[in-house]
Amino acid sequence: MAAILDLTPENAWSALWRRLREDRAGAVSLGIVAAYLFMILFAAAGILARGWSQEVGVPYANPGFLGERPNLEAALRKKTERKGVAPDLSKVDPLAPKYSEWERRTQALRTVEPERAMTLPWGGDRWGHDVLAKAIKGSQVSIAVGVAAALCASVIGTLLGAFAGFYGRWVNDVLEWLYNVFTSIPSILLIFSLAAVLRSGPFANWFASGIWTVVIILAVTGWTGMYRLVRAEYMKHRSREYVLAAQAIGASATSRMFVHILPNVSHVILVQLSLLVVAFIKVEVILSFLGLGVPVDMVSWGTMLSEAQTELVIGKWWQLAAATVFMAIFLTAFSMLTDSLRDALDPKLR
Amino acid sequence: MVPTLAGVILLVFLLFKFFGGDPSQILAGQVASAEQIDAIRRELGLDRPWYVQLGIFLREILTFDFGKSWMTREQVSDIFLTRLPATLTITVPILLLEVALAIPIAMLVAYYRGRLLDRVIMAVCVAAMSISFLVYIIVGQYLLGFELGWFPVQGWSDDFWRNLVVYAPLPVLLATLVSLAPQTRLYRSFFLDETKNDYVRTARAKGLSEPAILRRHVLPNALVPVLTNVSLLLPGVFVGSFLLEIFFSIPGLGREIYIAVNRSDYPVIQAFTVYLAVLTMFINLGADILYRVVDPRIQLR
Repeated sequence: MAAILDLTPENAWSALWRRLREDRAGAVSLGIVAAYLFMILFAAAGILARGWSQEVGVPYANPGFLGERPNLEAALRKKTERKGVAPDLSKVDPLAPKYSEWERRTQALRTVEPERAMTLPWGGDRWGHDVLAKAIKGSQVSIAVGVAAALCASVIGTLLGAFAGFYGRWVNDVLEWLYNVFTSIPSILLIFSLAAVLRSGPFANWFASGIWTVVIILAVTGWTGMYRLVRAEYMKHRSREYVLAAQAIGASATSRMFVHILPNVSHVILVQLSLLVVAFIKVEVILSFLGLGVPVDMVSWGTMLSEAQTELVIGKWWQLAAATVFMAIFLTAFSMLTDSLRDALDPKLR
Repeated sequence: MVPTLAGVILLVFLLFKFFGGDPSQILAGQVASAEQIDAIRRELGLDRPWYVQLGIFLREILTFDFGKSWMTREQVSDIFLTRLPATLTITVPILLLEVALAIPIAMLVAYYRGRLLDRVIMAVCVAAMSISFLVYIIVGQYLLGFELGWFPVQGWSDDFWRNLVVYAPLPVLLATLVSLAPQTRLYRSFFLDETKNDYVRTARAKGLSEPAILRRHVLPNALVPVLTNVSLLLPGVFVGSFLLEIFFSIPGLGREIYIAVNRSDYPVIQAFTVYLAVLTMFINLGADILYRVVDPRIQLR
């Protein structure tokens, strides 16, 4: 017999999913964010944008739709390459006797100059990298940094907030003190101090390559907001009946904190987490622009923008446009998704 | 406040002591002899135990004497005081302008809440917030400064009025444009929160027009959270404009600290961090007292 009245309460996550799909703006932004995630996965797996660091085009190659535009930089480069005959210095040059030997050794090696395209789909940068591939790879790095840093900051903030809110008393006092210390230093100064220390300190070699420096800097400076929210939630929840009931049947403090209360405050954490992702991506872009972010052998939206500044003056706008558009679309979609998420998670609002 | 201040000092000290590089090596460079390094260690007190070093650090803070910058040999306190005016010339007009502009726009949007104008402006705000500040600066500097020539591309002088009238307008304009979107969104929510209150219903019931309600009843009450927000923004007045200072070559605090980070110039970074944290604490204290004046319902513990 088919159940006509299904009285089992709807699972919280499937309810969230249903409400998200019903919200048109939420569904569209979810689709865009999902598309970005697939793009990142493909880029990370090496299917997309694998050759972003290869010089596939002439310097500042024009975008495909602007093929006829004169490209002075590429022409200039060709000219100087042809003219490059060095004057005869063999009388004064102490290395002169070695040249013939070096010449011979060079003969043994063959360098293949690949065919450089005059135009690329979305233009090329100073070295002839494909800007579109760079933008895709840059999305991967920027979003990965933002998400990883937001996760780390959330873990720190949630743990500390849970302890402060659940235990109260001296634990709360100590953690509140820590919170006050971290929030009374302007965040940009904390970021700069950490960057200075991590760049020149004993750990500099650990972090020299990779995105971990930025992730650590952002996580250490960004946990305070999450801590405050989670602490307030735990203070509210710790004396609720379901927690007292759990205590009565012998649930340990750890179990009450993370098995019973945590799922009930997870919506707060989730929304704050997505707000952090947006904020951290913006900061990462600025740090990478300043040279304090991702290492030089990687590309992010920030490093693209730092190249774009000089390119714009000579009229090469496409790298700026690519980085801006990729970033703006993702952040707009993600912010709208966060708004819908908040509405969907808390139907009592509005 | 005192424990917090102690915490800030301790945090900065520990951070640089245990995670930072060895100052003597940064100072002396790669090719220093052992005697040189020893001399520097003695000069900085690095050969003493850590608690003595903490004492030295405390004395430096209390006497406002951080010694000289490692790189330029300038007195750190001189750097701080000479760079501050340039920063304030930029940031104070930005703060005043953004608050003065965001309040009327937010009121307008709150008046048309839920209608087309509201939704269009809010969508524009979200999109505007998704574009990096960097892009606004790069494009603004190129378009308005370089291409159209309305403003100087960059520069600074010794004359306050000349700075304010000639060099400051472009950075101020760009920063105000950027901060307008988040501020408008925030202030709109303040106004909307207030309109849910009973006194608004009473005002409607006695037949007041909607604009009059907004102006006479909602606005004064919504200014309390606006004040909170401004007090949160105030600390940013001191270093918040570091990007503008870097782009427009303005000799301010933010640019100075960025240069110090690149040169691993620890005394400058430490001094700026501690003093700006102290300033932030005083601003917050001032804001707390101000609330009490503005809203007598708030009790200070």
